[in-house]
Amino acid sequence: MPVDGLLSVTWLVIVLPLAGAALLLLGGRRTDRWGHLLATGTVVAAFALAVACTVALTDRAGRAVSLDLFTFIDTGSLDVTAGLLLDPLSAVFVLLITGVGALIHVYSIGYMAHDPGRRRFFAYLNLFVAAMLLLVLGNSYVALYVGWEGVGLASYLLIAFWHTRPAAATAAKKAFLMNRVGDVGLALAIFIMFAQLGTTSYAGVFGAVGLLAGGTVTAIGLLLLLGACGKSGQFPLQAWLPDAMEGPTPVSALIHAATMVTAGVYLIARSAPLYDATPTARTVVLAVGAVTLLIGAIAGCAHDDIKKVLAYSTVSQIGYMFLAVGLGPVGYAAAIAHLLAHGFFKAGLFLGAGSVMHAMDDTVDMRRFGGLARRLPITFVTFGLGYLALIGFPFLSGWWTKDAIIEVALDRGGWSGWLLGGVAVLGAGLTAFYMTRLMLMTFFGRPRWEDGVHPHEAPPSMTAPMVLLAVGSVAAGFLLVAVFPLSGWLEPVFGEPEEAAHLVSPLVVSIVVTVVVALGALTAWLYVGRREVPTTAPARVSPVVTAARRGLYADTVNESLVMRPGMWLTRALVWLDARGVDGAVNGAAAALGGGSARLGRVQTGFVRSYALGILGGAVLVAGALLAVTA
Amino acid sequence: MGAIEAPDLSYAALAPLLFVFGAACTGVLVEAFVPRAVRHPVQVAIALVGTIGALVATLLLAGTEEITAAGALAVDGPALFLQGTIAVLGALSVLLFSERALDPARSAFVAAAAVPAGSVRDRELATSERVQTEIYPLATFAIGGMMLFTAANDLLIMFVALEVLSLPLYLLCGLARRRRLLSQEAAVKYFLLGAFASAFFLYGLALVYGATGSVRLSDVRVAVVTEGGSALMVLGLGLLVVGLMFKASVAPFHSWTPDVYQGAPTAVTAFMAAATKVAAFGAVLRLLYVAFGTADWTWRPLIYALAIVSMVVGAVLGLTQTDVKRMLAYSSIAHAGFLLTGVIGLGPDGTGYGLAATMFYLLAYGLTTLGAFGLLTLVRDGDGEATHLSQWAGLAQRSPLVAALMSFFLLALAGIPLTSGFTGKFAVFRAAIEVGAWPLVVTALVASAIAAFFYLRVIVLMYFSDPAPDGPTVGVPGLPTTIVLAVTAAATLVLGVLPGSVLDLAEAAAVFVG
Repeated sequence: MPVDGLLSVTWLVIVLPLAGAALLLLGGRRTDRWGHLLATGTVVAAFALAVACTVALTDRAGRAVSLDLFTFIDTGSLDVTAGLLLDPLSAVFVLLITGVGALIHVYSIGYMAHDPGRRRFFAYLNLFVAAMLLLVLGNSYVALYVGWEGVGLASYLLIAFWHTRPAAATAAKKAFLMNRVGDVGLALAIFIMFAQLGTTSYAGVFGAVGLLAGGTVTAIGLLLLLGACGKSGQFPLQAWLPDAMEGPTPVSALIHAATMVTAGVYLIARSAPLYDATPTARTVVLAVGAVTLLIGAIAGCAHDDIKKVLAYSTVSQIGYMFLAVGLGPVGYAAAIAHLLAHGFFKAGLFLGAGSVMHAMDDTVDMRRFGGLARRLPITFVTFGLGYLALIGFPFLSGWWTKDAIIEVALDRGGWSGWLLGGVAVLGAGLTAFYMTRLMLMTFFGRPRWEDGVHPHEAPPSMTAPMVLLAVGSVAAGFLLVAVFPLSGWLEPVFGEPEEAAHLVSPLVVSIVVTVVVALGALTAWLYVGRREVPTTAPARVSPVVTAARRGLYADTVNESLVMRPGMWLTRALVWLDARGVDGAVNGAAAALGGGSARLGRVQTGFVRSYALGILGGAVLVAGALLAVTA
Repeated sequence: MGAIEAPDLSYAALAPLLFVFGAACTGVLVEAFVPRAVRHPVQVAIALVGTIGALVATLLLAGTEEITAAGALAVDGPALFLQGTIAVLGALSVLLFSERALDPARSAFVAAAAVPAGSVRDRELATSERVQTEIYPLATFAIGGMMLFTAANDLLIMFVALEVLSLPLYLLCGLARRRRLLSQEAAVKYFLLGAFASAFFLYGLALVYGATGSVRLSDVRVAVVTEGGSALMVLGLGLLVVGLMFKASVAPFHSWTPDVYQGAPTAVTAFMAAATKVAAFGAVLRLLYVAFGTADWTWRPLIYALAIVSMVVGAVLGLTQTDVKRMLAYSSIAHAGFLLTGVIGLGPDGTGYGLAATMFYLLAYGLTTLGAFGLLTLVRDGDGEATHLSQWAGLAQRSPLVAALMSFFLLALAGIPLTSGFTGKFAVFRAAIEVGAWPLVVTALVASAIAAFFYLRVIVLMYFSDPAPDGPTVGVPGLPTTIVLAVTAAATLVLGVLPGSVLDLAEAAAVFVG
């Protein structure tokens, strides 16, 4: 069926924000005055176009459009065509990215009003939106990979946006490195597809899954999962996400809560036909989701930095989504529904946190907040609605979508069903605890503000998006589950939803979860709400709290497993490469000394030691070759 | 004793070589007979005519498969593709050499090389607008040697070509106008170590001759098939490989690279980094595929190990560098490892994608690295080029265009999608995977992840740091450098976005004769 009319210009959705980014970056200071408005305009236009395309899509047979844009590589044995695929799955992501993206652009107009780097910020934000749209709209794994690297780059640039803070620079590096670990997995999976199938287009790969050996499919599944874990902050690569909160708050809302970090869920959901063929890899997805869900929730209970608590909450909620996609066809729609609902309420919560920081001179320590409900009424109400949606207050978003995941987990049956269901319910209780703690410490109780802080409500450009997102937080779950069932919309992608035989009646599940959530909130009130909150964190605490404060030692593990051996390797190589030692020492000396004197001293390597090195290499080569021959 | 018969030469097939060597010889005559005032433009014109003529000749010869000069030279797809690549890189390098607008003394090359550095006469000449115009014939001879190197079908010719390309480079390294001691030190180091490596090559040649009774690659191949690999032959192969790996700056034979890259005039460094690598890998491919292709069990583990060592050494040591030129030198070592990954991708009997992938990578890498070094010549302080990393801080505020171009080249070197670096890496990794070299590709991906870090560090430094108060200025380049930067940047983009036709060309050219 030929593609005509509006759908034939789907590519414009990507090009609009990309053009905005290019104009702002190349235009230089000339665009300082109106650049942010242009950037916002392109994303709003992209959103409008995305809505129109999605409407047009509903009338098409099969509800999918494939656009071939141009041939990237086409030689006899290698064929990569760059093309786009708009189907129900990519359509919901496009709407989420452009919709939330547009709101956050509007918010940033107010938030970044006084920042000297405003133009650069909006350019990166546009770049991110374009790359993320390419990620979800590409019709092959290579196109996805291009977008994947693009969002990684944009994320790196935005985390380090306030580069003068050492913590921001370090966090950006950490995010970059941990993402690279995941990217290696994704790249390898793509190479396996090439080597085995000669194609990476979704249609080609999924059509040929049956031809692959079982082990190969499992390998691809696990490698894709590694990539997904890196991008989505899942165990064991979760440690970068909380640190990434050093970036400006709108970035945390858009990239590190609503969109980019859900790319892993998209990848696994998109690869559903692959995972259908490999129960092993799917079980690992499940396990990763369950473990991360608990790690994030536990770590979230002990932190005092408002953005870090929200970040751990994101880690934990994406764990729910991984759990759901790991459960197989019954879970896909539930995962995507939770992802969309989470996109709304978590973005709203972050914007609310940004508004609080705005009011409190960029303080993030919740021990210095308190009593803000009266001073920031709009923030309080919108944040409160997001909070209720997140913990799963009945009939708000989280209640619809999280309960659906818990039901699916329990329906798995057997001991694993009970275990996973139990973990998911426990996670819901912990979520209620840490979020209630956050609410109480921020908005209630006696003010514990630092001297000279005069909280004031944010300008309308910031509050308006918060209000819209709060409306979304309230309504999204109901709309997606009950009014326009997402499972029906996604049917062309994931197949007809099975009518599940419930082991436990949904009503019972709902009641149990609500009780557990209420207990979590009550505990928080008992611990935090009734007492005076000390302005410094107590030092003498139980080992459990210490562990939670340190993110369950994820950094320690990473350091001892990866960083130290890496540093040893570097030192050993530098030592071997005698030049390197000289270079480093002289480089340091040169930085201190300056002037022309340093130039003569930089180069002190001796030819004799170089020659010895070459001779050593030659002896090794000869020895090895003789050993092979003998 | 019978009369020596002149070998039968196919002049048409040798046209690219004749163009370049003709230009080089004419250049020498120009030095003798043309007045000094007009020598510079005349020399540049001759060098450009020679290299561009050679490029056109390789394009016209496309599809030729011929062995000529009594079997000593093979004019085939790989030879022509790589000769064309060298001709392009050579022409662009000549343009870089001829830049007159950047240095206050109107050239980056010394006025009179034979004057001792630091002497009174030397100081007098430091600001003179004279140039040692012999650089153009020297460069043209080096280009000729490189082109001969890729077509050598005979180990002796290969050795002669190795010397023809190396000797002018040793001299060129020592001809910097500023920091002359550093430059001369680089030249001496390169010469001593180069001679050392040549000795390995020569000894390997002798051993192979002893084992097989011939220096012709096709005869070696036959001998390998009929007699199997003797210890003598394998040892000879090993020493030949050592000599070639030195030129290709593969670790552990890389130690000269950072010093020489740093000390040489930047235009010469650009030329070496781009063109020498193409030539050295051309010879490596021909030696391993044509002469020892049937005995790949001997060299495959060796190349495998060298690839890993080179990638890891280049990537890890690149992290500790504080000088942009040295950093790019370590990057070049890492890229040599990536290229060896492509060499591994040769399937049995010369099938497989490895040859085409490696040739494409060479073209892509050569253009990008030439552009990156070309940009270095623009960033200057009172003392010449400013290459210390700290001096690059905040460069984006002084010159957004230079910072953006440099970022683009660095992203290409890091292999980010939509640049030629990605396409090249993609091609070589895929070739290696098709022959089952998994662990190698995993190492390569990890190494490129590490290397990406130090490229990005420069970008971050340029964009996110505050400029130093006495920081460098960004010079306005004249036409030649502008052309080089425009061509290399455009090629890096086009080979990243629409690489299809060039990949096709490489794949069509990937058949050795002989």
